[in-house]
Amino acid sequence: MSADKINLLSKLAVGDKHGEDSPYFDGWKAYDNNPFHPEHNPQGVIQMGLAENQLCSDLIKEWIKANPQASICTAEGIDGFSDIAVFQDYHGLKQFRQAIAAFMERARGGRVRFEEERVVMSGGATGANETLMFCLADRGDAFLVPTPYYAAFDRDLSWRTGVRIIPVECNSSNNFQVTKQALESAYLNAQETGIKIKGLILANPSNPLGTSLDRETLHTLMNFINDKQIHLVCDEIYAATVFAEPGFISVAEMIQEMDHVNRDLIHIVYSLSKDMGLPGFRVGVVYSYNDAVVTCARRMSSFGLVSSQTQSFLAAMLSDQIFVDNFLKEVSKRVAKRHLIFTEGLKEMGVSCLTSNAGLFVLMDLRQMLKDQTFESEMSLWRIIINKVKINISPGSSFHCSEPGWFRVCFANMDEDTLQIALQRMKHFVLRHRENKKRKSFQENLKLSFSSMTYDEHVRTPTLMSPHSPLVRT
Amino acid sequence: MKQLSTKVTSNGHGQDSSYFLGWEEYEKNPYDEIKNPNGMIQMGLAENQLCFDLIESWLAKNPDAASLKRKGQSIFKELALFQDYHGMPEFKKAMAEFMEEIRGNRVTFDPKKIVLAAGSTSANETLMFCLAEPGDAFLLPTPYYPGFDRDLKWRTGAEIVPIHCSSSNGFQITESALQQAYQQAHKLDLKVKGVLVTNPSNPLGTALTRRELNLLVDFITSKNIHLISDEIYSGTMFGFEQFISVMDVLKDKKLENTEVSKRVHVVYSLSKDLGLPGFRVGAIYSNDEMIVSAATKMSSFGLVSSQTQYLLSALLSDKKFTSQYLEENQKRLRSRQKRLVSGLESAGITCLRSNAGLFCWVDMRHLLDTNTFEAELDLWKKIVYNVKLNISPGSSCHCTEPGWFRVCFANMSEGTLDLALKRLKTFVESTDCGRMISRSSHERLKSLRKKTVSNWVFRVSWSDRVPDER
Repeated sequence: MSADKINLLSKLAVGDKHGEDSPYFDGWKAYDNNPFHPEHNPQGVIQMGLAENQLCSDLIKEWIKANPQASICTAEGIDGFSDIAVFQDYHGLKQFRQAIAAFMERARGGRVRFEEERVVMSGGATGANETLMFCLADRGDAFLVPTPYYAAFDRDLSWRTGVRIIPVECNSSNNFQVTKQALESAYLNAQETGIKIKGLILANPSNPLGTSLDRETLHTLMNFINDKQIHLVCDEIYAATVFAEPGFISVAEMIQEMDHVNRDLIHIVYSLSKDMGLPGFRVGVVYSYNDAVVTCARRMSSFGLVSSQTQSFLAAMLSDQIFVDNFLKEVSKRVAKRHLIFTEGLKEMGVSCLTSNAGLFVLMDLRQMLKDQTFESEMSLWRIIINKVKINISPGSSFHCSEPGWFRVCFANMDEDTLQIALQRMKHFVLRHRENKKRKSFQENLKLSFSSMTYDEHVRTPTLMSPHSPLVRT
Repeated sequence: MKQLSTKVTSNGHGQDSSYFLGWEEYEKNPYDEIKNPNGMIQMGLAENQLCFDLIESWLAKNPDAASLKRKGQSIFKELALFQDYHGMPEFKKAMAEFMEEIRGNRVTFDPKKIVLAAGSTSANETLMFCLAEPGDAFLLPTPYYPGFDRDLKWRTGAEIVPIHCSSSNGFQITESALQQAYQQAHKLDLKVKGVLVTNPSNPLGTALTRRELNLLVDFITSKNIHLISDEIYSGTMFGFEQFISVMDVLKDKKLENTEVSKRVHVVYSLSKDLGLPGFRVGAIYSNDEMIVSAATKMSSFGLVSSQTQYLLSALLSDKKFTSQYLEENQKRLRSRQKRLVSGLESAGITCLRSNAGLFCWVDMRHLLDTNTFEAELDLWKKIVYNVKLNISPGSSCHCTEPGWFRVCFANMSEGTLDLALKRLKTFVESTDCGRMISRSSHERLKSLRKKTVSNWVFRVSWSDRVPDER
């Protein structure tokens, strides 16, 4: 690139801090070039790198059919068209705010109250997270983020804001739970190098772990930030996908029992993209307990307001309590079912996952399949899975995982048949890999011991192994 | 408070400006024909409410688009999941063609060079992030849209240096004003990255002349900087001249596919031309691949709702609709503008001669006690609190001369507009200024008309347009 070019455009425009050169996106490209389709392209790449919720759209479709007045474009709703079309007040439609607050309450079992005046719109959770960074930190300030974390946080939190991310390492020895020691250590290190920590941000339930925080950990986190008087941003985008114990405990609930914590430090990010499966509608929410932040975030929402057409539609749908309650029940149920099918399928082939109770994915443990415990090996394994097994999954390194061998695999963005095909492909690959490994180590042993009598047929001709082979026993 | 960022604690959001304060006053006491006939009439909001009937009747005839169907089949799921920041291809194609139609199909727009954004608010901010480092400056002709202070500077850290324009030549941009602004930036130790203009202008309500556009393109060529042309009002051009876009000028100067063309960017939106500000549809058009690429990634922070993209791609793909709409829109705007202008004239008030936009740039200098901004603010307060009209004072638009006000005319019914004009006339006649005017009203009007005519002549002599009819 010419020096002139560099001067003409901003560093943001010419640099790569958007993070899209990361492998996280390479897998998507592989999928885009050769997407699986049951009829048109059955050998294509199956997309398991996209954390989408496709399980409940039928419920929404049914509701839309039964409620034509909810759209400003139908004959039943057209009377509202002009008022809605001009509505660009950054406070958002009151009915929309109320409906969102009510939905958020119900997703937390009615155990908390949300005030509609604190509901601030944003361009998806992507916009919400960036906006909060703009409000809470100046360029050069930092936020602590427990690893592994959602890959796009690098872009959302840092790119245009200039805020730094300081990772708080968590590891598999305690199921990647964030500990007080890890927090204190990261905080201290930052301080010693002159970095100003403004807060801690994490997703609860976690992406990519698929786990929700238990009460004890929440206590730890809130005491930590209160003690340091720094902010806590909880991205609760997967709130309604929790399907097992300990259930979803929101930071909003914790505030109620922890009176001593300074509420001005607590902020929630929410969105309808995962719980409702509506990422296309761009509905993000900033919910802050700090009045100044609410005011500022609201002004900034001008840069990413929710389309009034969408606000109006959702205000109607989310005000329907019967629909909402049934929907939330179904989301949890269907996610649980998918989770079970997938994890059982993996278990059958001897692959384990991090025990999880939420999210639209699992964190698969493929450490045993690595040549050695390095990220290079993780990348090699990943390339094989994409190119040979033809499944796009996300390598742990793209989530800044401190240990190689973990992969996030999504299970809610396809139909059940496709999921089964993916499982079959995985099985085939895993078993073949295991046999190859056995053969290699056998061949090494053979050099040492000539007396081996049983020459296993399968071992001699591993390529003949098929998922349907009667020899496969798992 | 130091726990929060400086963006929270400073007032870089610009909302302490009178532009926004007037709105707040309106919110407290809004006019309603039946429920609150003495309330404040909103004339500070540049909205286009004149053509909803056309869109509503289109919706009635196009149930598929209206109910998220394609060929009778629901595509709800597809739309619900669509979050590709490249945007819907059929929508971008429709936008490109609509933009071409507005420019008389004299220039072409490549859909691949369009980046969608959440309104032009987001589009302008995104362009700043792509073109300027914190502390770099863009030159903007005054008076300019008050929201630019927030959109261009607040979170980007960029600076605005004004290009001073004056009423002596109808607020046109001159070479010397450009050079002066450029030098001023240097004096302030600011690196100039480009010029940003709104064409047609907000708040002036005038389209840039070919002379001005040539001047701008020559200027950015010689200085090796960018030119952003915010053409959000391009479809509101109601004068009998055609709208000249910066794209027209690049074509006429044979600069297409050159380095210069890579530094010229257009911002657009459907908020004004189609009157759909609530739907948050903005766009950046750039010939520079790197900018398109970076801006596309940044659009993640403010994508257009897929539901909205689908609806509008159907609407804008209907060429019969768009050509009828554009013609009717322009007709209705012209008629409204004339109504406002003649109503003001009967109160002894003139405007800058306008040919576009949803507002007039009104000359109330003769109503000021003194030729100062304090007097302008006093007058404004009287008009807001006593006359109960929310209009925007020129100072909020960074005008260098006190006494000018932006008055919107397309965001209310005809009856409301007439009432507003009546109130204003009563106010003018009842004040000292009013008494002065009614005494020598004939003389004043004559001399004001002379001034207006000479402005008009000045503008015509500089442009190659056919003079507008009176």
